[in-house]
Amino acid sequence: MSAAPSLSVRNVEKSFTMHLRGGMRLPVVKGVGFEIFPGECVVLGGPSGVGKSSILRMIYGNYAVDGGQILVRQGDGYADLAAGDPRTVLALRREVIGYVSQFLRAVPRVPAVDVVAEPLVSRGVDRAQARDRAAAMLRRLNLPETLFDLPPATFSGGEKQRVNIARGFITQHPVLLLDEPTASLDATNRDIVCDMIDAKKAAGAAILGIFHDEIVRDRVATRILDVTTFSARKAA
Amino acid sequence: MTDQPLLSVESLTKSYGARRGCEDVSFDLWPGEVLAIVGESGSGKSTLLNCISTRLEPTSGSVSYRMRDGVMRDLATLREAERRFLMRTDWGFVHQNPADGLRMRVSAGANVGERLMAVGDRHYGKLRETATDWLGRVEIAADRIDDRPLAFSGGMRQRLQIARNLVTLPRLVFMDEPTGGLDVSVQARLLDLLRSLVSEFGLSVVIVTHDLAVARLLSQRMIVMKDGNVVESGLTDRVLDDPAHAYTQLLVASIPES
Repeated sequence: MSAAPSLSVRNVEKSFTMHLRGGMRLPVVKGVGFEIFPGECVVLGGPSGVGKSSILRMIYGNYAVDGGQILVRQGDGYADLAAGDPRTVLALRREVIGYVSQFLRAVPRVPAVDVVAEPLVSRGVDRAQARDRAAAMLRRLNLPETLFDLPPATFSGGEKQRVNIARGFITQHPVLLLDEPTASLDATNRDIVCDMIDAKKAAGAAILGIFHDEIVRDRVATRILDVTTFSARKAA
Repeated sequence: MTDQPLLSVESLTKSYGARRGCEDVSFDLWPGEVLAIVGESGSGKSTLLNCISTRLEPTSGSVSYRMRDGVMRDLATLREAERRFLMRTDWGFVHQNPADGLRMRVSAGANVGERLMAVGDRHYGKLRETATDWLGRVEIAADRIDDRPLAFSGGMRQRLQIARNLVTLPRLVFMDEPTGGLDVSVQARLLDLLRSLVSEFGLSVVIVTHDLAVARLLSQRMIVMKDGNVVESGLTDRVLDDPAHAYTQLLVASIPES
């Protein structure tokens, strides 16, 4: 473990105010604090509804944060993503934080191989080279070659998920957030994803993930962080 | 992206007599950024777009733009010739109704070539070659170059309008409901096209839409307007996934899940 954490979450809290429900306040988490170091895979644990996905989304910036800091290592310093400045979040997403969501948000008409290649192209990699790397990634995940040039909208759940994983793993982001990336995969592909996670750890990535599958969790987790201790629901 | 905004809007207000079009709107737009302005009909989003693109004169407030020489200029102080130069070359404006942005009675090729002629291109063969190239980029077959847009479908007209605007490689493009009034399948094609053109040319875009799916697909940042005021702004997926204002929550709750 290196001395400097890649991600440092400090006293973060989050609640939802439901204006369509008479302004009802729905507390989610409070006092969230942890650090993740390069080469670690920290798994968020606890039952459904305890706030695991909310924590992941706050760290990716698509949930706002009510209080606390989310410090992300960027170059030699840290940027506070919790401050909510859109340009800071965009820069961190480009350079530091990768995210594999549970569901692929497919863009109409864009073929699977281009969906996967896009993060490389937007970082200035030559399009042909990016497509080659994307195809190699999809081959590794056993996606049938005949699907490469089709838009993923009509793919099965497991096929979409593999496109999503390929897209999230193709870059060298130093922090990677994984929201149940193996949920709809068969045993073979699940093992491949575990190998890919191991490779990311070996390369020094700091990974934060949610895995309900115990086999995967036991295999990839460096440690498990029990989110129940941060849950604001039990007190509410 | 650089550290200096391309466009800076400060406390912009437009009143129509006693009625407010938009009130006290401020934002910056950076190079390569797509900003969506969303809200329902009458929320003031088109008024705002028309004010920042100098098509309407604001009642108060200012709009500044970084010219090609790097100098930030208050648009109200531009000479008419400078303003026209901006509109014709450095800016594009894509209207919801293509008939507002095209010349319907001249050929598709001439529609595309016209803006090039405005910046001094005169060589017929070269104009035609560029026009053909741009028709191809917006997926219009080369053999339609001599047809008038009157003979085109709605989707083709809209793609032609985009080609006409982008041919001078503008740095900033304003779009007013560019996918409004099109069939869903035609819309998807247009969105995909806009997405690739925006990223290929690194365009900065201010797009007005009432369609949150369009905003999510195209923009990085978003402004939500209601009754002429900005009620919420921020990163597009933050605003859509975790809307804070009551009105934004209502908007987000009103789209069917897909």
